[in-house]
Amino acid sequence: MSDTEHNQIRDAIGQAISEHETILFMKGTPEAPACGFSARTVAALQSLQAPFAAVDVLPDPRIREELSAISQWPTIPQLFVKGELVGGCDIVLEMYESGELAQALGVDGESSQELEAAESEAVAPGLTQIESRLG
Amino acid sequence: MPNAEEIKQRIEAAIPGATVEVEDWTGGGDHFKATVTAAAFAGRSRIEQHRLVYEVFGAEIGGPIHALSLKTQSPQ
Repeated sequence: MSDTEHNQIRDAIGQAISEHETILFMKGTPEAPACGFSARTVAALQSLQAPFAAVDVLPDPRIREELSAISQWPTIPQLFVKGELVGGCDIVLEMYESGELAQALGVDGESSQELEAAESEAVAPGLTQIESRLG
Repeated sequence: MPNAEEIKQRIEAAIPGATVEVEDWTGGGDHFKATVTAAAFAGRSRIEQHRLVYEVFGAEIGGPIHALSLKTQSPQ
């Protein structure tokens, strides 16, 4: 595998992180998480009605390798808000329980039709973005 | 195959003064849950605290140690 290919993946990940205010790198999709840790993280975000983009790292192992190289974080899921790594499952759940997550995401944690609509729109672009660039 | 006791000892050796509790989450020897209390965490963000612990195991995380769930805190 060439260095160029690795760099392209790394650039695509970096761009996805900078383009989405809240982006979750996970195993599987929000609708069908492939790992309990990813599932719990998605559930926390969804229960706050927080809009987020999601990227499935499973289709190509290089996504995970490059992501961990960028974030210096070894495990999946990884949640980024405004370009910064917030944490993995443990930290996200701890912050959810303390109310810090709602604060970091700029949501009040209460149910809203409007936000629900925003969420389903935001997820699709994140998923297609990296995969299409890997193409 | 790592076990809970070995993981505890390695964290305690790497982070001086740390108090560590580790449980084998599933009993399968690859999903662990650790609570780490260390003065070294004071003034550091959660991300930095978790990184200090993950660094002890390097590439073993995601390999032989499939998951290491962490709770970190500095002593009260």
